[in-house]
Amino acid sequence: MADPMRIRAQAAGDKVTVRVLMSHEMETGQRKDAAGKTVPAWFIQEVTAAHNSKPVLSAEWGPGVSKNPFLQFAVKGAKAGDKIAVTWKDNKGDTRTDEATVT
Amino acid sequence: MKKMTSKMRVILAVTSASLVTLGCATGPSVAELNTLTQQIVKASFRDQGIVKASTLINTDETNKVCSEADALGKPLDEKTAKLIEEINMKTIKWPSDGKFIGDWKEGERIAQNGRGLTFTDDDKTVNGGNCYNCHKIDEKEISYGTIGPSLHNYGKIRGVSDPNSAASKPIVEYTWGKIWNAKAYNACSNMPRAGHGGILTEAQVRHVVGLLLDPKSPVNQ
Amino acid sequence: MKHSISVLLAAGLITLSQSSLAQKTASQSIDEYRAMLQDGNPADLFEAKGEGLWTQKRGPKNASLEKCDLGKGPGVFKGAFVELPKYFADTGRVQDLESRLLTCMETLQGLNAAEIAKTPFGRGEQVNMTALATWVAAESKGMKFNLPQANQAEKTFYEVGKRLFFQRGGPHDFACASCHAEDGKRIRLQDLPNLTKNAGDGIGVAAWPAYRVSNGQMWGMQQRLNDCYRQQRFPYPGFASDATIALGVYLGVNSQGSASIAPAIKR
Repeated sequence: MADPMRIRAQAAGDKVTVRVLMSHEMETGQRKDAAGKTVPAWFIQEVTAAHNSKPVLSAEWGPGVSKNPFLQFAVKGAKAGDKIAVTWKDNKGDTRTDEATVT
Repeated sequence: MKKMTSKMRVILAVTSASLVTLGCATGPSVAELNTLTQQIVKASFRDQGIVKASTLINTDETNKVCSEADALGKPLDEKTAKLIEEINMKTIKWPSDGKFIGDWKEGERIAQNGRGLTFTDDDKTVNGGNCYNCHKIDEKEISYGTIGPSLHNYGKIRGVSDPNSAASKPIVEYTWGKIWNAKAYNACSNMPRAGHGGILTEAQVRHVVGLLLDPKSPVNQ
Repeated sequence: MKHSISVLLAAGLITLSQSSLAQKTASQSIDEYRAMLQDGNPADLFEAKGEGLWTQKRGPKNASLEKCDLGKGPGVFKGAFVELPKYFADTGRVQDLESRLLTCMETLQGLNAAEIAKTPFGRGEQVNMTALATWVAAESKGMKFNLPQANQAEKTFYEVGKRLFFQRGGPHDFACASCHAEDGKRIRLQDLPNLTKNAGDGIGVAAWPAYRVSNGQMWGMQQRLNDCYRQQRFPYPGFASDATIALGVYLGVNSQGSASIAPAIKR
């Protein structure tokens, strides 16, 4: 099972800023190892976020996104105590969901 | 390895003696601390890849003397400095074919290259000169270090319009010598001894001299 | 004639200011890029992992590290990082953070310290070591370095560390001092702190462990020193060896009063 994400969600006014750090190698599939063999592609393809179970964000990622990617977005109308869940799916079919409470 | 002449032994003994008299009243003396440090070096470093721990432990007198002076914050006295410079001057290998000036384009490649001789390199790695790490050289290269002086317009400033002329000979030789063994001209110079240290080959040194002295080199534009 | 000279001069000045502007823009851009990196430091991921490892029961003794003494008493992790390296009576040695974690992993959990020390960075237990070091350092974030020098062993190690700092060797005659003993120098475009004195908050020992964006790796101080020595063309410094610890004492004592920003983020 992949390492957990770090999610921070802070309310300010009627907006919540969500900041997510994902733990992922994000291998482009272009690199070669020391022996000259191509390191297989392994990267997050889909990211979704939900606010109190309602989908608020959907993203398609590719190999251009860096290792251990950082994502920041704002959710309008969210407030302290609400739940923000973030899910990623990678090209190997691995997936991870983590949740945070808005402070 | 270099054999210690009796002259060098005397210098070292005198230096160590004066260091001991500066020792603290309590705790280990300066000499004891020096010995302890070397013991710790022996116990802490190991062979790895192409690098042998023994080369560190058996480093030459120039490094030993300069390290001690640096640690004490006391520069070498003139006599010792002159002696170190003489020792290093004797190691300079002048061009075997008498040719001092090589291809500046190759010289620029060598100056840009920082590879070689680390414990993750192998003996097939072509060593670079590491020059841009410390020096400004070709103005077009903005990624340069400031540990050493700028070499921009090196030949131009020294009035070298024809590096093969008799008038240019002293500068040409100085440049070769400085790259081969910088400590021949400044005992405790911060600059590596590219030739003497086995970093660059004769051919490579020739190209770097070309980079600095060829009037057509970008350095002298 | 006069007119053409002044045009030439003006053109010359414009060229000069353009190249200096170009220079400033390059450095400025790098600073801006580095400022952007501060947000969302992946070191957070390693910190979280380390926090988990502190309380997790592991090893042949199936025990956690919660009784580990990092210098302020068993289990006290807040503020411990900025007082290391220091002397420990139970081992009779001066030890830095990673050395002390080795001691605790062995005595409390029954893991093999010698094996962990021989393991290359980024593999096996070294991954856990780095995560633990990152978390312990984070628990001192913002605090000022305050290494003790009361004990003779600590004073001796300061002196040994100083000698190591200035020790020239390898084919390039490099010492730590070759790069780190003067103000205002840089190697290529990387600024070099003067480590013979307090170089300011968040500099030198106050900036490691750090996440390196260029290679996506989390580096503790041991790895930072290891890679310095590699670039100096020195042989391999043993993990948590006395040489690395003594250097840590010299650098840490010099940093007295500077605030730690670890875990930091680097290019």
